[in-house]
Amino acid sequence: MLTSKTFLRKTKKGNILKIVREHYLREDIWCGSKVCSECCAKTDDQVLDENPTIACTKHNYGHYLVLDTNVVLDQIDVLEEDVLKNVIILQTVIDEVKHRSSTIYKRLKDVIGDGRRKFYVFVNEHHQDTYIEREQGESINDRNDRAIRTAALWYQKHLKAFPTQKDKRKGIKVILLTDDRKNREEAIKSGLIASSVEDYVEQLTDAKGIGDKLSKRNFTSDISEKDATYPSHLTPAQIHDGIKNGQLIQGSFQASRENYLEGQVNTEKFEKPILVQGRAGLNRAIDGDTVAVELLPEAEWTAPSDIVLQDDETADPEELNEKENLIKEVKVVEKRPTGKIVGIVRRKWRQYCGILQANPMVGSVRNIFVPADRKIPKIRIETRQYELLVSQRIIVAIDSWPRTSRYPLGHFVRALGKIGDKETENEVLLLEHDVPHSKFSDLVLSFLPKMPWIITPEDLKQRVDLRGIDICSVDPPGCTDIDDALHCRPLENGNYEVGVHIADVSHFIRPGTALDNEAASRATTVYLVDKRIDMVPELLSSNLCSLRGNEERFAFSCVWEITKDAKIIHTKFHKSVICSKAAMTYEEAQNIIDDKSQNHSIAVSLRGLNSLAKILKRRRIENGALVLASPEIRFQVDSETHDPIDVEAKKMRETNSMVEEFMLLANISVAEKILQEFPECALLRRHPVPPLPNFDPLIKAGRNQGFEIDVSSGKALADSLDRAHKSDNPYFNTMLRILATRCMMQAVYFASGMLQQEEFFHYGLAAPIYTHFTSPIRRYADIIVHRLLAACIGADKTYGDLLNKQKTQECCHNLNYRNRMAQYAGRASVALHTHLFFRNKIQDEEGYVLFVRKNALQILIPKYGLEGTLYLVPATGQPTANFVYNEEDQSQRCGNIVFHAFDPVTVQLSLDRSNVQHEKLVLKMVKPFIKDFSVPSVQANTGDAVASDDKMDLDVPQTLPEVETPSKRKESETETAQSKKSKKKKKSKN
Amino acid sequence: MDLISDQGLRVDGRRAGELRRIRCKLGVYDQPDGSAYLEQGHTKVLAAVYGPHQIRGSRTKALQDSVVINCQYSMATFSTGERKKRPRGDRRSTEMTMLLKQAVSAVIKAELYPRSQIDVFLEVLQADGGNYCACVNAATLALIDAGIPLREYVVACTASLANGKVPLVDISHLEETMGGPNLTVAALPLSGQIAVMEMSQRFHIDHLEEVTQLALQGCRDIYKILDKAVKEHLLETGDFFPQLESN
Ligand SMILES: [Zn+2]
Repeated sequence: MLTSKTFLRKTKKGNILKIVREHYLREDIWCGSKVCSECCAKTDDQVLDENPTIACTKHNYGHYLVLDTNVVLDQIDVLEEDVLKNVIILQTVIDEVKHRSSTIYKRLKDVIGDGRRKFYVFVNEHHQDTYIEREQGESINDRNDRAIRTAALWYQKHLKAFPTQKDKRKGIKVILLTDDRKNREEAIKSGLIASSVEDYVEQLTDAKGIGDKLSKRNFTSDISEKDATYPSHLTPAQIHDGIKNGQLIQGSFQASRENYLEGQVNTEKFEKPILVQGRAGLNRAIDGDTVAVELLPEAEWTAPSDIVLQDDETADPEELNEKENLIKEVKVVEKRPTGKIVGIVRRKWRQYCGILQANPMVGSVRNIFVPADRKIPKIRIETRQYELLVSQRIIVAIDSWPRTSRYPLGHFVRALGKIGDKETENEVLLLEHDVPHSKFSDLVLSFLPKMPWIITPEDLKQRVDLRGIDICSVDPPGCTDIDDALHCRPLENGNYEVGVHIADVSHFIRPGTALDNEAASRATTVYLVDKRIDMVPELLSSNLCSLRGNEERFAFSCVWEITKDAKIIHTKFHKSVICSKAAMTYEEAQNIIDDKSQNHSIAVSLRGLNSLAKILKRRRIENGALVLASPEIRFQVDSETHDPIDVEAKKMRETNSMVEEFMLLANISVAEKILQEFPECALLRRHPVPPLPNFDPLIKAGRNQGFEIDVSSGKALADSLDRAHKSDNPYFNTMLRILATRCMMQAVYFASGMLQQEEFFHYGLAAPIYTHFTSPIRRYADIIVHRLLAACIGADKTYGDLLNKQKTQECCHNLNYRNRMAQYAGRASVALHTHLFFRNKIQDEEGYVLFVRKNALQILIPKYGLEGTLYLVPATGQPTANFVYNEEDQSQRCGNIVFHAFDPVTVQLSLDRSNVQHEKLVLKMVKPFIKDFSVPSVQANTGDAVASDDKMDLDVPQTLPEVETPSKRKESETETAQSKKSKKKKKSKN
Repeated sequence: MDLISDQGLRVDGRRAGELRRIRCKLGVYDQPDGSAYLEQGHTKVLAAVYGPHQIRGSRTKALQDSVVINCQYSMATFSTGERKKRPRGDRRSTEMTMLLKQAVSAVIKAELYPRSQIDVFLEVLQADGGNYCACVNAATLALIDAGIPLREYVVACTASLANGKVPLVDISHLEETMGGPNLTVAALPLSGQIAVMEMSQRFHIDHLEEVTQLALQGCRDIYKILDKAVKEHLLETGDFFPQLESN
């Protein structure tokens, strides 16, 4: 049975505990080589080739590779190259990798799982001949290195017994790859073949470009204090002690998007984040890292600077110091705890998208990489393919950041495609937002129903047949993933029967299958302007689950009996078979409702639904539901946004609101039902009440314009927003609502057992309980909710994870993360298309000042839903106009022209393509006119407008304001800044 | 940490269906009527059986048609990583005592000894998961050593579920703390009857069957080991148990 040995392991755990664990050593662990006739492995487990071949000038004999831990951790990008095959991964290595980096562990597992790569896992720690005990005085690292060598030696000996056909005398060799010189020497001494990764890879003749992917982790140079740009980091032990005795605080570092020399550390100890500033203060921390901070004495505390600072490629050191000083001179108003980063607890480096910075030195290997994400510093890389890569979007990984280097060191991972290509840019924004977008694997697709799909008599037996009922769906034009349909018919007692029928996705996606896991990981369908990244394969999303017109489909139905004044008499849920009579657009449905001559059953149905929806909506708003100028909030209120093509002008028809009201009603009904049945593990959605300080900017902005915003409750807020109108600034109300939206918290999914009932509240909808049920094709949360509801009514079985609140909560974390990322990706896509739109265009647009900053104005351009920073002081050189910043009333003054928040301006938009690698939307002030600062309107001057310095980067807006395209713009006229008369504009109704 | 690796090995190197090493010895003490020592991995327990004898203490406890079974479960203060404050009397020990009594009552032919008492004492010397199981198994051996007539062996074993899908048998302490729900079964392996069944958390119904089956398989495997030890003990000592043979 077992050979067993026990061994001791001591672990510290508060008090010192002696932990003794059993450790069984086995005889039944096989070598995994096809050549072996001694081991009794199944052929499936023999992954290593009989005749391993690799084109290598030095090692031109059959060999397997054994790697040490650091090779896997540092050179995972090289390992992911298909050219490396027949690799033995030891358990010692796997365990260490798992312990040190979960992302690399996952990537390693993917490589191992890829059958073509022929990676074999050898469980050396439980093999009776390769297990070794740690010797007295031996460090764990040394012990593990020895274990790796021992296993390699075992292989060498084991394989000698099986000579290959090619060279008859000797068996397959084993090469140990390690970048640790000492380990290599020891290995060679014991009779192994050992090599560094770099040496090995360079001898490969079939692997062009693989050298670029080598990690520069082991870059070392003599550091003299004089050369060092950064203070040194504390050792892990010092950090540990410092945190323990309270001198240091642990937290996660968050870099500022706007100022590359500033960031904050979020800690559990302080409510407010700790501010860190300057090169030395940031001390090589990169966004997301877990760091140790030391608080400065209170006298040295400062406030976040109001300036916007980009790391300009051209900046020389002197300028740099100036910039640092610029940061330092801060008024003593809102001081925040300030600290400096003294050590890194855990790096959270990932791979970054970006471009190479133009390099004037021809043939130079050393290059600078500029990440797309502004929060990430530039990275030094070495590549021999500069000419090829300079026009491409590429991916780079960080390897290390020595004290002497201004930027971190990294290596090239792969190229995505040509800069500016829409495909490439889409790829970039999907990668940057961590959106899984690869093709569905064959394994996932194997769980799809076999075509042709037919409804069997058994299916019908388990479902209510609603094929005879006149059901219809209403969606945006071009929608192919229709997940909801409705019906409404009068009952004899004068009430209505209303049904909401949702695609029965959980019928097709069974728990625990690869298909289910994939959907759970994707969590949501992501809509880009020109592309949709499906959560489930197309066969389901656009066909079998889509409730298309005149096709029989499975649905999960929620049917109410409702009185004429929209009171629910009772609710029932059941699985059903439906046949939608019409798949309409909002417009078509609206036309049917409006056309009094139409009196067929669909028309009657729609009118009934419409009248009930109006009552429901009124009641909801009376309860304090918010109407905010943001698709974010709209999204929650579940809406019409299936269709992203029409980003600018979203016309709200009655039918939009009609569908929305019934989806809300269904979601709430389902939430109540599943909570009742599963008080611990119901998946719900909540929208927390924002903490009052969140509203400060809104209240301040309102007060500056003479409006009191009451934020004591959702209802009060809704009412005071309704009251705040300015006759001379029709866009004012919308902007206030945009500001209000920014005070809101993010709505999140959660497992009911994790919170108290009071916390279930949905602030935006003013609903005590809410969930998502109505879009299972594009949201995974809805699939879980469907399963819960199906279990409630006995239509389906439960399974372990469904009833486990911890598992549900874990699932919620992923859903929340993916949703957030999907939203960001969607916005980034809009921004990308705006850039494309502005190529070869210069255009005057109306905008409004949203915020006033120390050196810039934040401007909102309603037409494109864009928000950006207009620098009043140029990044380099002398300012052309003298602006005075007044912090008290948040204004900028230049001569007699004053800018406040909400002031209308006219700006000139154009795309700065002078830097091929980094296109920028540039904005210049047109109106009000300031001498030497503003530019003439395009209509007056079509010339050299682009060359000015006052750039404006168009940021991805945090919210897309909801406005309609202004009717034809009038020609610009000369007006003084004081006259706030703005152009006629159709105002969005809210 | 995963309870079971992609290569199918558990943290300590066992496969899913493998027991820990079991070593046992009957008749380790002279004073009691029966005694046994049992190791299951690093879990080590001692069992001592006194009786059947006259009722001690109040006579009113006596039963007219059956024997009174008195159990006591205790843990040595040095048995766990951190020193325990007292060996018994806490809630867990009381519960263990009760469950032990339930298991041994299922096999002792109580009707043979009316108005008498049998004492079963169990001491956990080292705890490394499956304490209850080791106690039940040791108690069986001690009862046999004492010559008390049994219907058959009562054997206990734990099982759990790794990564939500792979059933594991004979759970170690590390696996207990890392893993999910834990099922303990005390069974009569020959007849397949279950004497005690306890779960640390809820199991989903879908998994319960296979986990129970694996625990029962574990009981049968342990039975073979115990039976072998008893037979070897018999050969060594030449003792004879007519009650057991007649069964
Ligand atoms: Zn072999």
